[in-house]
Amino acid sequence: MTATDFTPVASLLGGALIGASTVMLMAAKGRIAGVSGIAVRLLPPYADDELAGRLAFILGIIVAPLVVLLATGTAPVPTIEGSTALLVLAGLLVGFGSVWGNGCTSGHGVCGLSRLSARSLVATLTFMATAMATVFLTRHLL
Amino acid sequence: MSILVQFAIGLMFGLGLVIAGMSDPAKVLNFLDLGAIPTGGWDPSLAFVLGGAIAVTFIGFKLVLRRAQPIFGGTFHLPTATDIDARIIAGPAIFGVGWGLAGFCPGPAFTALTTGGAPALIFVVAMLLGMGSARWLASRPVRLAPQAT
Repeated sequence: MTATDFTPVASLLGGALIGASTVMLMAAKGRIAGVSGIAVRLLPPYADDELAGRLAFILGIIVAPLVVLLATGTAPVPTIEGSTALLVLAGLLVGFGSVWGNGCTSGHGVCGLSRLSARSLVATLTFMATAMATVFLTRHLL
Repeated sequence: MSILVQFAIGLMFGLGLVIAGMSDPAKVLNFLDLGAIPTGGWDPSLAFVLGGAIAVTFIGFKLVLRRAQPIFGGTFHLPTATDIDARIIAGPAIFGVGWGLAGFCPGPAFTALTTGGAPALIFVVAMLLGMGSARWLASRPVRLAPQAT
């Protein structure tokens, strides 16, 4: 494991920016900014003609670290630990689970909780619990 | 125009993730690691990200939804389901295990594509495969009981 610093101010500001983006997508397109919901609709079959907009939104997320690199001279490099097999398994579970449950951290955690949705509260408490249990298992018991 | 705006909104979302530190799985895993509280290794930052995002969205949605329709037309697409069924538990439960294994949820997985190298690409491809499988499975007609012939 890699130690990280507690960053309350930056995290609160970054969170507020995520919130502002979420509000703007609702204002512009009337859509929930749920990353898993938008990402799964990049795959065929297509139910509507909003593919280009969804692609643009995801592309915006993808290039964000490059914009940070241009602005600050330092690229934010993610610390990715674990074998290829573990990453494949984790990716499959994240993808399957988020679509099966109609949302992830953004759709349920941010949008759903902001709308006081009981379903999203159940979803958020559930994925927080299983994620914490998984980390406890892999870091402290195995 | 609408496409350009959606790109800018996505970019803002990604910048939020990076500034919040959430583009780094180590920070996410250290939040999920409650077992590290006694040793001082716990990083509560993620709670502040969620708090900041929810505070802005809670107020922002209220203001935006006073409009008759979105700026680029159409209607507001708000989830209408309210039932607590098996899927709203099983899906997030499965998602959480994957999240706890790698520290990536879908948004940060996409920000990692540019600076995370091959491991990030492997994760995203697997994630899209998982997403497609879930949608395919969900779209299959439900067979409730054997049909009498």
